[in-house]
Amino acid sequence: MFTWMVRRLFQACFVVLAMTVIVFVGVHVIGNPVDILISPEADQAERARIIANLGLDQPLWRQYLYFLNDAVHGNLGRSFVFNEPALKLIGGRMPATLELAVTAVLFSICFGVPLGLYAGLKPDSFFGRTVMAGSILGFSLPSFWVGLMLIMVFAVQLGWLPSTGRGQTEVLFGIHWSFLTWDGLRHMFMPALNLSLFNISLVLRLTRAGVRETLPMDYIKFARAKGLSPARVIFVHVLKNIMIPVVTVVGLELGSTIAFAVVTESVFAWPGMGKLIIDSINVLDRPVIVAYLMMIVLLFITINLVVDILYTVLDPRVRLETKA
Amino acid sequence: MSVTLEVRNLRTHFHTRGGILKAVDDVSFSVEQGQVMGLVGESGSGKSVTGFSIIGLVDPPGRIAGGQILYRGQDLAKISEREMRSLRGNRIAMIFQDPMMTLNPVLRIDTQMIETVQAHANVSKAEARTRSRDALGMVGIPSPEERLNSYPHQFSGGMRQRVAIAIALLHNPDLLIADEPTTALDVTIQAQILAEVQKLAAEHGTALIWITHDLSVIAGLADRIAVMYAGRVVESGDAASVLDRPLHPYTHGLIGSVPSRNKRGEKLRQIPGMTPSLLSLPPGCAFRTRCARATAACGQEPPEESPETGRMVRCFHPMEAVSA
Ligand SMILES: Nc1ncnc2c1ncn2[C@@H]1O[C@H](COP(=O)(O)OP(=O)(O)O)[C@@H](O)[C@H]1O
Ligand code: SF4
Ligand SMILES: [Mg+2]
Repeated sequence: MFTWMVRRLFQACFVVLAMTVIVFVGVHVIGNPVDILISPEADQAERARIIANLGLDQPLWRQYLYFLNDAVHGNLGRSFVFNEPALKLIGGRMPATLELAVTAVLFSICFGVPLGLYAGLKPDSFFGRTVMAGSILGFSLPSFWVGLMLIMVFAVQLGWLPSTGRGQTEVLFGIHWSFLTWDGLRHMFMPALNLSLFNISLVLRLTRAGVRETLPMDYIKFARAKGLSPARVIFVHVLKNIMIPVVTVVGLELGSTIAFAVVTESVFAWPGMGKLIIDSINVLDRPVIVAYLMMIVLLFITINLVVDILYTVLDPRVRLETKA
Repeated sequence: MSVTLEVRNLRTHFHTRGGILKAVDDVSFSVEQGQVMGLVGESGSGKSVTGFSIIGLVDPPGRIAGGQILYRGQDLAKISEREMRSLRGNRIAMIFQDPMMTLNPVLRIDTQMIETVQAHANVSKAEARTRSRDALGMVGIPSPEERLNSYPHQFSGGMRQRVAIAIALLHNPDLLIADEPTTALDVTIQAQILAEVQKLAAEHGTALIWITHDLSVIAGLADRIAVMYAGRVVESGDAASVLDRPLHPYTHGLIGSVPSRNKRGEKLRQIPGMTPSLLSLPPGCAFRTRCARATAACGQEPPEESPETGRMVRCFHPMEAVSA
């Protein structure tokens, strides 16, 4: 277990390093922020002074080394636009995105697992078929369109839920959270649902497939032959087997949910990282873009690691293999 | 001796797309307390479905279409699922063919045993654990206390089957249905397990239905034998007389194909032809296409006849009648 962890951490460091190169070069290919940042009226000397100030007069490799050196010291650069450390900027927006993404993932489990269980246990029922058909919509409808429809129906037509912003927040550990107030929850419901639609469909189909696969197994028949109640057979013997792939996928999806929050945050004007990054891309605020992408990379790596550990906890067969 | 189970004219049909598949068609036999009944027949002859019918676990689209399953005079085909569940794993237990598939791979052995104890006995978890440990010791598993904490994949096939047997015997059942439990195991382990199950069953007065496709497995063990062919019992009687003087041509062929029982110098006989598809059985005797003694009369359904007390045969031209 220990050597495994060390090896994984080593791999992780390498991935991060490789990503810094890709991100850094990639961002420089997108465009030159100088054209956007400096007003056209500025004279030549003024231009040169600003460029030198931003460090943009250096060759790319040197800029990269400076960046790397700063990054190791926990400094991912200052935003050109806000003149604030990029990390601080992103950190300030992160709680909003995190609570949205986590809620969306919870939604996908709370809706996906029971629906998938039902569709798997009663595949020929009307409701079971409806759920499966609905999941195809969940996969294929574009997120922004669904978001707009949700706003149209629940905010504009029915007036049940607010359509923009985080609503009232409450401070916990010095951070503002929406999920702690009723108003915040009401604001979060639609964007979280919007963001989770894809994952609900995914979890639902995964659960259903797992149920269909597990039910005919001998060990399920044996469990029934032992005289266990149907509830025990389903919620212990079947579900425990299904939870392995579901937890893996849901865990891995947390990363892409955070990344995909960009669309939902734009539609619902949710002030999270996604909205910040869209704005930053528009003005080519390189440090913010780079810092954001690095955050996402770190996030993915951390999530993968946690999922791997969870996986070994859930599936006893994996544990043996890592020992061997 | 009291009769533990009497099956009368059992019919279990599968309603498939290709038509009604009569997996079990008019099967009758009985088992007395402490007795071993060997249920023999080629693969696909309906042995497992007979076993599942008794324990009430026939998979859809199958259902019991007729007949009676009298357990101590109570018709199991008529009782509610709830009542059936209180018997399953308690008074009537079953073990399966493939020990690698019988235990749930993601649950520890203690979980799978304790739940069985608690399904039928109102005892504490500690008490259930003690009983489970004792049961493991009884079937010859070394250091049962530690093995309780293992997962199925940490056992060999033979050991897993022992665990399954221990689970089946937790409540000292009146009837144990063993569906080819040694077929998937090495020959030496086969013999050990066979002997042990027989011993345990005899100690507790458990009636045993031992299902097998291999006559030689139960030759020395069964008190009675019923031979199945294409969903029917074609011959039954006490083991010694069925093996010594088979009446049905099919039984005769089965015995001829077992090397150990062959007389010296005689060639091994094989039953010619293939098991017919249950969906397109010819009218009359199902064995007709493979039978050397078939005549025009065999186009009719042969009735059950009892040429001597305690024996039954379904054949127009039984062996003894001619050679005598
Ligand atoms: N779930 C099922 N659906 C359709 N047919 C089945 C099912 N289970 C068993 N059968 C059919 O019933 C017949 C008897 O099967 P089985 O009792 O398993 O034979 P065996 O004597 O080898 O144990 C076979 O022809 C099999 O195809
Ligand atoms: S009834 Fe006829 S075909 Fe069937 S086993 Fe007897 S002799 Fe053979
Ligand atoms: Mg079978």
